[in-house]
Amino acid sequence: MVHHDTMTGAEILLKALVDQGVDVIFGYPGGAVLPIYDELSKQNRIRHILVRHEQAAVHAAEGYARSTGKVGCVLVTSGPGATNAVTGLADAQCDSVPLVCLTGQVPTHLIGNDAFQEADITGITRPCTKHNYLVKDTNQLARTVHEAFHVARSGRPGPVLIDLPKDVVQNRGLYQPPSKTKSKYNPQVKGDIHAIEKAVDLIASAKRPVFYVGGGVINSGIAACQLLTQFVRMTGFPCTLTLMGLGAFPGSDPLFLGMLGMHGTVEANMAMHDCDVMINIGARFDDRVTGRLNAFSPNSKKIHIDIDPSSINKNVAVDLSIVGDCAHVIEDMIKVWKARQPKIDERALRAWWAKIEEWRGADSLRYPASDTIIKPQYAIQRLYDLTRSRNPYICTEVGQHQMWAAQHLRLDSPLHWLTSGGLGTMGYGLPAAMGVQTAHPDALVIDIAGESSIQMNIQEMATLVQHNLPVKIVILNNQYMGMVRQWQELIHGARYSESHMDHHPDFVKLAEAFGAVGLRAERPDQVDGVITEMLAVNRPVIVEMRTDASENVFPMIMPGMAHNEMVLGQEDRSRDNPGSEQDGMVLV
Amino acid sequence: MTDAVQDSNRHTISVLVDNESGVLARVIGLFSGRGYNIESLTVAEVDAHENLSRITIVTSGTRMIIEQIKNQLRRLVPVHKVHDLTIEGPHVSRELALIKVASTGEKRVEALRIADIFRARAIDSTNESFVFEVVGATEKVEAFITLMQPLGLVDVSRTGVVAIARGSKPL
Repeated sequence: MVHHDTMTGAEILLKALVDQGVDVIFGYPGGAVLPIYDELSKQNRIRHILVRHEQAAVHAAEGYARSTGKVGCVLVTSGPGATNAVTGLADAQCDSVPLVCLTGQVPTHLIGNDAFQEADITGITRPCTKHNYLVKDTNQLARTVHEAFHVARSGRPGPVLIDLPKDVVQNRGLYQPPSKTKSKYNPQVKGDIHAIEKAVDLIASAKRPVFYVGGGVINSGIAACQLLTQFVRMTGFPCTLTLMGLGAFPGSDPLFLGMLGMHGTVEANMAMHDCDVMINIGARFDDRVTGRLNAFSPNSKKIHIDIDPSSINKNVAVDLSIVGDCAHVIEDMIKVWKARQPKIDERALRAWWAKIEEWRGADSLRYPASDTIIKPQYAIQRLYDLTRSRNPYICTEVGQHQMWAAQHLRLDSPLHWLTSGGLGTMGYGLPAAMGVQTAHPDALVIDIAGESSIQMNIQEMATLVQHNLPVKIVILNNQYMGMVRQWQELIHGARYSESHMDHHPDFVKLAEAFGAVGLRAERPDQVDGVITEMLAVNRPVIVEMRTDASENVFPMIMPGMAHNEMVLGQEDRSRDNPGSEQDGMVLV
Repeated sequence: MTDAVQDSNRHTISVLVDNESGVLARVIGLFSGRGYNIESLTVAEVDAHENLSRITIVTSGTRMIIEQIKNQLRRLVPVHKVHDLTIEGPHVSRELALIKVASTGEKRVEALRIADIFRARAIDSTNESFVFEVVGATEKVEAFITLMQPLGLVDVSRTGVVAIARGSKPL
C-alpha cells in the first residue's frame, strides 16, 4: 500500500528543484536517469535544454548562472554522462560559478560492482566540486537538494554534485520543504569593522593607490558592482580589473586602467608595480596576474578583501585582510569613508595620475592597421562598435581571441562577460552562450571564438537550432591554435609543433549543415557588412573572419617576468627567451 | 620565498568533522592534491549522538602553508572546527604502538627488561615472541622501537598521534 504523503524520488527531486527556483535544466538522458526524465515529461514548470554532449550542459549552466546570478542546474546520466561533465565542473570550480549537477548512478545494491555505466563520480569529482553528495535514502533526497543549492550559492560560490542511484529516485519517500532544512554551512559575510576602519585609513593615506578588482565582486552581485563603482569614484583612485572581473567597474570610466596581468595594459601593470597601497577586492593573486612573485608590487601595502579565507596569504602575503562578502565590506567602507571625511593627499594623487597618463600614452593595445588583411583586433573592435548599443552578452573560448576581446571590449555592465578564466577551457564559449541565450531570450548573445576552440564543442550548433537560440558566433580564423603558436614563436624558437591544423571545415557550409546561417569575411572592408548581416538574422549564425595568422597578443609579461618587464610588441624583442625556470620554480 | 622555506615547523591540528562517508577522502585528497605533508593522521568517531568524528593531523610547513592548510580544511563543508593545538596553547599528545619482537635467550630477557623501563606491556607471548603495547609521545615510541631493533623486532603497528588541549576547555 502506498502511503498518501509519500512521493517517488523523481517527484521529490523535481519538487525540490522548483522550490529552489530552477526554471531550466541543461541535460542529456540515459539509463540511470530515465525515471527523472519520465517525471520531467509530466510537468511544465522546468524547461529542459537537450544538449549534444554533457560537457556543454555544464558550460551552458555556467552561462546561465553567470549571466543571471542564479544557480545553474545540470542533469546527466551515470558513468560516461557523469565523466563527460567533469571538465565543466572543474571549470566552474576554478571560476566560482554556482551550479548543481545531478548525476544518475546505478542502483545502490550494484554500487561497487563495476556495473554497466557505473563510475565513482563522487570520488572523481571530489577535488573539482565545492561539495558532493551520494544520496542513499529517498527520505534524504529533498534535504540534500536544498542543502546543495545553499552550498552552491553561499560563501564563495561553486559547483555541487548530487549522485542519484536509480532506486533512490524510483522508491517512495517524504518531501521536506526548504524552510525546514537547516544547514551548518554558513560562511561569514560581514567583514570585521575594525579591519575595515584600518583599511579606510590606509586607503586615505595612499599616495600611489590602485584598486585591483576581481570576479568576486561580480559573484557578490550587481549591488556589489554598483557599490564598488561608487567607492572608486569617491576616492578618485585608478582601478584595474582581472579577466574575471571585467564589467564590475565601467570600462568607459576614465578611472579604469584596463585589464591587468599577462596581457594587461602597461598602465594597469605599471600601476600595480609602482603603487604604495593596493586594494584587492575579490581577486586571488593568480599567477597570470602577478607575474614573478618576488618582483610583484614590491613597495606596496596590500589590502585583501575576499569571502574565502583560503585565498588570503595564499600566493602573496598581505598587510591587511578582510574576510567577508564584497558588497557588505564595500558598503561598510563607504560608510566609514563618509563618516571620517578623510583628507587625501591631492598633490600626490595628481602626480600619480600624471605618471599613469604617461604610461597610458604608450597606447599599449595599439596594433598595425591593414587594409588588405583582417587584423583580429580590428574585427573585435568593429564587432564592439556595431553592437555596444545593444549591450550584448559576450562569451569567449580560450586563447588569443579571448585576450584580444578582454583587451579591446570595454564592457560597462557586470554579468555580460563570460569567459573561462581559471581553468582555461577551450570549448567553453559556445555552450556558455547557449546558457546565456536561454536565460535572456531577447538579448544579443555573441560568442567570440577561435577556429580551434569552436571545434571542441561545435556539436552544440544543433542544440542552438533545436531550441531556437539565436547565438551569434564570430570565429577569428587564423588557421592556428593562436596562443600555442605565439608561445612557440616567442619561447620555443618558432618551432610550430602541432599548432597548425592543415584542415578545417568550411564553417559557412558547416553552419548551413546544422540549419544555422553561415557568413564569411576575408578582407577588412567586408567586416562591417557581415556583422550587420549577422545582427539582422534572428537565428544562430556563424561568422568566419579570416584573420592575420601572424598576429600576437601584446603587451605580454613573459613567464617568469615581472609587471615592469612587459614585452610591448613584435618589435620589442629585448626580453625574448626568458627561460622557463626562476628561483627553482618552473613557470607555465 | 626562500627565507620562508627555512622556518618549516611541525603542527598538530585537530579537526572536528561530520562522521559521513567520504569525509576522510576529502581531507586526505586536499593534502595530496595541494602537496601538503601528512606525518600522521588518525580518525575515529568521538560523538555518536552528534555524529562527529575527530581527525588529528600532524603536518609540517611554513607559517603561510600551515595557515593555508587550516583555511583549506575550514572550506570543506563537513568540517566544523579546525584547531591548531601547536599554537593555541599547551596540549598533550600520545600514540600507541604494537611491537612484535621475535627472539630467544638473552635477547628475549633484554627485550622484557627494556619494555619494563618504557612501561610497555606484553599483550601476547609465545616461546619465541612478544607483542608489546607501548603508549607515549611519538619520541618515546620511536626510542622504544629503536631499542627493540637489535633484539628481534619483526613488526610494528602504530596508531599515529592523538592530541588534546590541556585544561578544562573543550575543542
